[in-house]
Amino acid sequence: MSDILRVRGLTKRFGGLAAVNEVDFDVREGGISGLIGPNGAGKTTIFNLITGVYKVSSGTVSFGGQDITDLEPHRVAGLGVTRTFQNIRLFKNLSVFENVLTACHASASYGLADSLLRLPRFRREEKAIKDKADGLLEILGLADRKDAIANGLPYGLQRRLEITRALALDPRLLLLDEPAAGMNPDETEQLMRLIGEIRDRFKLSVLVIEHHMDLVMGLCEHIVVLNFGQKLADGAPDAIRGDKRVVEAYLGGGDQ
Amino acid sequence: MDAYIEGILMLSGINLIAVLGLSLLTGFAGLFSFGHAGFMAIGAYSAAICTKLLGLPFFAGIAAAAAVAAGVSWLIGRATLKLKGDYFCIATLGFGEAIRLILDNFQGLGGARGWPGIPPHTTLLNILILDVIGVVLLANLVRSRHGRNMIAVREEELAAKVAGIDTFRYKMLALVISAAYAGVAGALLGHYMTFIQPKMFSMVKSTELTIIVIFGGLGSISGSVLGAVVLTFLPELLRAVDKWRLVVYGLAVIGIMIGRPRGLMGGFELTPKSIRAHFARRREERAIKAGQAAEDEAFSGGEDGKGGL
Repeated sequence: MSDILRVRGLTKRFGGLAAVNEVDFDVREGGISGLIGPNGAGKTTIFNLITGVYKVSSGTVSFGGQDITDLEPHRVAGLGVTRTFQNIRLFKNLSVFENVLTACHASASYGLADSLLRLPRFRREEKAIKDKADGLLEILGLADRKDAIANGLPYGLQRRLEITRALALDPRLLLLDEPAAGMNPDETEQLMRLIGEIRDRFKLSVLVIEHHMDLVMGLCEHIVVLNFGQKLADGAPDAIRGDKRVVEAYLGGGDQ
Repeated sequence: MDAYIEGILMLSGINLIAVLGLSLLTGFAGLFSFGHAGFMAIGAYSAAICTKLLGLPFFAGIAAAAAVAAGVSWLIGRATLKLKGDYFCIATLGFGEAIRLILDNFQGLGGARGWPGIPPHTTLLNILILDVIGVVLLANLVRSRHGRNMIAVREEELAAKVAGIDTFRYKMLALVISAAYAGVAGALLGHYMTFIQPKMFSMVKSTELTIIVIFGGLGSISGSVLGAVVLTFLPELLRAVDKWRLVVYGLAVIGIMIGRPRGLMGGFELTPKSIRAHFARRREERAIKAGQAAEDEAFSGGEDGKGGL
């Protein structure tokens, strides 16, 4: 398998503090990779650097062989990298359907004049993306909540909606930032299955930040461990579980 | 028709066009502007130059007003749309005042004394036609992917960006279209009054437009229509209370904002479909209430009837 995402020497400084320092890792095409580490290790900062929300201080990010370092977030998304947020960011006052439909915009290409004058192209493409949004809601099990306002959904479904909205972009790489935060073990279990299904069904690669060790160990084929902005270890779940430095970082170790 | 009523109707229709534009920018794209009277001024003077100085027909003047206002807004947008919400708002305020001051000091177009003798081309009919076109185009726009992208910017800008929406471009689009609307409104106003003066396009006018949009309800086109008509008529109806009328006007606006913080129509649209849905809901609620009342009665055995609270 080839690597879909390649991160080299990635560094982000906020003033004197290096939130992310010389980090290298790869995400395999079609795989589910995990990014773990204690609070403040720089996991979300890495997501922000990959998606162009932050500008890098140094280092490169390439996606599918193309350099995407410091590209505008909407361009990164256009190339097929999209994400969810740790503190869910939905279009709160819009319905579930509208949230997904909005994200389907890239599947239509009608222009301003087409929409102002309701030309045939507008009608045709608009119908196609509405069908697409309906289909996605069906697959993700949100069809019966279609007209509910996003803000009023139960927490678990808001997370699910955010994932659905991300899928509407037909991404090749999906970045999930703590998707199981605030979920009970049952919901976490469900979510694990959902992430696996999404990967198989939509043929995409997944990089997930997570604190739930069960979820990470059970789901990911490859894990990157961060601590204080630096990469600590990188490998298969079993290797990570046995790694002394990782255990230390998580549990705190004595001095040798 | 009574000439006085007709005059107020025309003013509401003219205000409506500017309000529709601002409604797109503020209600849908979420950007506040306190400089839209500046775009009206640009429209009014551009159209007057076309008809009075160049002898062009009125529709050419209107088209020029829209184009020049849109062009200027594009330049302003390039410079200011990168600014975050509040700062953009302050920049528009500065722009509006700058336009007024430039016109005040530009003697070629009458300066602060104003510019009389503009041909009286504006009629109730052409206002109505432009109102209808304005509403239809705007309604079509907000229910397209372009409109939804603007709404996404308002709702959650960062999420919009990672959903592949070029937020700068859509803010710009909203600004340029709203400025074009304001330009057309300015052109109509000039050719209705037959006299234009920079003072007519002061910050008070910009604020009035913003008040109408918020009063009608952000994100609602029907709210903007209702707001423009009500708030143009209100000060006229209040002429009876003479110097207190602006106080009453202010109180009325405050009252509405307390009673309905999201504006008269906040988020809702008046369409045949929404009206039918509303009445269906009301019928349902009545049916439920009737059912409950019957239950209550059965429960209390009808002995003491309703009782107090």
